[in-house]
Amino acid sequence: MALVLTEEQSMLKSSAREYLKENAPVAALRKLRDDKDEKGYDPTVWKAMAEMGWASLTIPESYGGLDFGYTGLGQILEETGRTLTASPLVSTVLLGTTLIKQGGTEAQKAALLPEIAEGNLLIALAAEETSAHKPTKIAATYTSLGKTHAVSGKKVFVLDGHVADKFIVSATRDGKTSLLIVNADAKGVSVERTIMMDSRNAANVTFDNAEAILLGEEGNGIAVLEATLDIARIGLAAEMLGTTCEAFDRTIAYLKERQQFGVPIGVFQGLQHRAAHMYCEIENCKSVVIAALQAIDKGSKKVPMLASLAKAKLGKTLQLVSNEAIQMFGGIGMTDDEEIGFFLKRARVAQQTFGDYNYHLDRYAKMNNY
Amino acid sequence: MEVATSAAPTALETFRMETRAWLEANCPESQRQSVKSYTDMYWGGKNPVFNSDDQKVWFERMLEKNWTVPHWPKEYGGGGLSKEENKVLKEEMGRLGCRPPLYNFGISMLGPALLKFANDGQKDHFLNLITAGKLWWCQGYSEPGAGSDLANLQTSAEDKGDHYLVNGQKVWTSFADKSDWIFCLVRTDPEAPKHSGISFLLIDMSSEGVSTRPIKLLSGNSPFCETFFDNVKVPKENLVGKENAGWTIAKYLLTHEREMIGGVGDTEQKTPLHKFALDHVGLENDILADTILRGDVAKWEMDDAIFKMTISRTMDEVKAGQSLGASSSFFKYYATELNKQKLELQMSLAGTAGNQWEGEASDEGRLPRYFCRTKANSIEGGTSEVQLNIISKRILGLPSK
Repeated sequence: MALVLTEEQSMLKSSAREYLKENAPVAALRKLRDDKDEKGYDPTVWKAMAEMGWASLTIPESYGGLDFGYTGLGQILEETGRTLTASPLVSTVLLGTTLIKQGGTEAQKAALLPEIAEGNLLIALAAEETSAHKPTKIAATYTSLGKTHAVSGKKVFVLDGHVADKFIVSATRDGKTSLLIVNADAKGVSVERTIMMDSRNAANVTFDNAEAILLGEEGNGIAVLEATLDIARIGLAAEMLGTTCEAFDRTIAYLKERQQFGVPIGVFQGLQHRAAHMYCEIENCKSVVIAALQAIDKGSKKVPMLASLAKAKLGKTLQLVSNEAIQMFGGIGMTDDEEIGFFLKRARVAQQTFGDYNYHLDRYAKMNNY
Repeated sequence: MEVATSAAPTALETFRMETRAWLEANCPESQRQSVKSYTDMYWGGKNPVFNSDDQKVWFERMLEKNWTVPHWPKEYGGGGLSKEENKVLKEEMGRLGCRPPLYNFGISMLGPALLKFANDGQKDHFLNLITAGKLWWCQGYSEPGAGSDLANLQTSAEDKGDHYLVNGQKVWTSFADKSDWIFCLVRTDPEAPKHSGISFLLIDMSSEGVSTRPIKLLSGNSPFCETFFDNVKVPKENLVGKENAGWTIAKYLLTHEREMIGGVGDTEQKTPLHKFALDHVGLENDILADTILRGDVAKWEMDDAIFKMTISRTMDEVKAGQSLGASSSFFKYYATELNKQKLELQMSLAGTAGNQWEGEASDEGRLPRYFCRTKANSIEGGTSEVQLNIISKRILGLPSK
């Protein structure tokens, strides 16, 4: 497959850019933060996103979706990365939909996916237990109560945890790992919202014998979780590409406009070469993101490898670009009034999410047997 | 990365099958091993030197197929292959490890410039000689006072009616001591601003007054020379393009040179870096025994894999009719820096064995000599810093003042 977008994908991308610029710019995130907004996202914007079909892109037509593919979703995510838009796209569409598609029973798909497509149902994956990403090291357990089950354990960094309607929880029983669905209002669920540096939603969630049902079959938790996480890593890499590009564009614009010593600071070679180097790294980021997104849609066996390549490369490059952005903006970049700081703060959270640079470097080496 | 082609897959598939079969039947076994250095390559020229019978056979078979320069037009002795066919041929040659049958700066640098700027007579004469491997070309660009500031060149060509009289000195002339002809930048108008007084001249190296002196390098090899011109008479018909309009040709040719140097890794060993690492350092608890180098190796392999995706993406974008996203400066800068990093890592992985300069055990210091050679990757054909300048100004639009 050629590493270029189709016409439909390009159109989706530009319409998303227009919508987000108007309705969910960086200023909207600032407002959510400053208002200490209870939800941490704008339900009106989320409703509009669902109406535009953004929540249905990866849902098969038979479940009320558009079946447009992950490459298409990646374009939306990239644009939300430019505007730093807080929305349930990552928790519910990238993770939730994929988990249900990969692991759910026919009945679960038929019940849940159309609700997600409509924007009526928010899902949160409760998988992490430590501050380092170790998705397969699971202390949470569940017991069988016949038809239903009961989950106990402590989960951290649950994206959109305090607004979700349902959790999908990883837990073990007798050496088997499964994923279980828990209603947010079930007895034994306690949620503590954590305010993160990027002003996006996360929570610590404790389950104390909370009533649960299995997502699909018992014992296939690791397989479904790993497959979903790889897709999520690629989707997040697409979002990070948008954040990287926007921070870079703003920095280049600033280099052309900011005057010191009677000239725009962009004339200085000390800055030019660093900017040019970032340009090169960003070109590479664009390549790995589109290759990885297309691999998901093709059902390629290379998805795990590409997921680690994409997440590692974007993590490293976004770190570089967000740091250089602050340095090149100088003093003004340190102020809360200037928006560039929001990109640095989002960068650090995104870098950690679904495994940081070192995690994926190590994983890549292991996949190549060294 | 597999990249699907949009053009007539069946015809192309047939071409692939036929090409594969032909290469398997015709490429001698010894010509399927990677070249260790430029001495393994066949350079052509008036006094051709084949270092084996196989090399000669391979060259002659490919010449007969018109595949010494497969993508040039047939009228100039090329194969007339489309972009897609040429890519297939490259892939199939890569699959078997076939060496290019002919290396020559006439192919990689001069040819594209002649195709674009030369008159019909020059094209007919020189391009046919290049595809037939009859002339060994060298490049007369740099001078002692004109490196990165190439346009500062001082070698003069004075108008003497029916000929130019050339005086001056070139440096870093690759294989000048073996070359038959040189393509040269000369100053034809000393009064004009520096970019506007330059012309592009082809000079026969056997002309009276031309002399060369090899330069010994860090690697111990001497592929480069100083070239001196002392009252050399050059016929006016050897001027390519208009007088004083040589800078445009020079820049065009540099783009091709950058692309060629950007492809440095191509002719080197195809063994993945981690295999090299495993051979030298080994495993401990299922991971590379040196855990710090393991991280460096993984980082390099990731960057390399992703850079190759950018090459594919750029080709796909051009095919899809989109403008060139990344420039040749980006490719030249990134590929050469990657290659230097790779050799740094290999030197670390090899330990003191990698420091052996002579002797059979080290294949006469193959690794450290190549390591030294790679330091030139980011100097020749425009330094990394010059490439970054070009990206800053032409792509990012950063101001000059």
